[in-house]
Amino acid sequence: MKLSEIKEILNAEVLVGGDELDREVFSACGSDLMSDVLAFVKDQALLLTGLVNGQVIRTAEMMDIHAVIFIRGKEPTAEVLSLAESREMVIMKTDLPMYPACGKLYAAGLAGGSVRS
Amino acid sequence: MSEPLMKLHYTVDGTDFTVAGEASGAVKKVLKQLGISADVIRKVAIAMYECEINMVIHARGGVIDVEISPDKIRMIHKDVGPGIPDVEKAMTEGFSTASQQVRELGFGAGMGLPNMKKYTDEMNIDTELGVGTTVDMTVYIK
Repeated sequence: MKLSEIKEILNAEVLVGGDELDREVFSACGSDLMSDVLAFVKDQALLLTGLVNGQVIRTAEMMDIHAVIFIRGKEPTAEVLSLAESREMVIMKTDLPMYPACGKLYAAGLAGGSVRS
Repeated sequence: MSEPLMKLHYTVDGTDFTVAGEASGAVKKVLKQLGISADVIRKVAIAMYECEINMVIHARGGVIDVEISPDKIRMIHKDVGPGIPDVEKAMTEGFSTASQQVRELGFGAGMGLPNMKKYTDEMNIDTELGVGTTVDMTVYIK
């Protein structure tokens, strides 16, 4: 699924990487706990989270996650956005809470992807 | 035993949580440039990042030495923090002594040390209360 489609489905606003919306992602994960993302996520290209600190970007960097969507209308600081920019990530935000945000993407065909055991 | 081809050294600032992960990110970049496989890079990055986070939240920072050899990558994290009173307990998934503030940042779920163990081929913890902790981890390049 293209990031541009995801933007439409979630009625999201693009904060960083607006010219990269042609990028395609094949799976996603939703978590507010970065420890769990590091522990269990495998090969996910999109992260939905309600956490808005810089460690979200760093966690995504370590996991090769190239796109992050902040949910529940959370607003990251300029510092967080500039970190994401330096890592060439796409950052969006949506007013939707976690459950409907994930649900809408799943229903539209974006899979959960594999999880490490 | 062969000498490492490359040695990297980093200082981890223990006062600023926002920069935790700088060293891991830098190492990830170097490994990528060296053409190391994505799977190995991911293991090293996750293990190192978890350890770097731990150094900041528990031990007021420290130093990291990374040795890159043709067959393995070794990461030695050394701090002069409080030490780990019970290593076995600390290795248990879900056990954490992290503060509420750290939990609010998305960490402190008690997955750090188990994660490091999971993603590395060798892991050694040398710790002494009031003196510090050294976490020595190796990932093999297969």
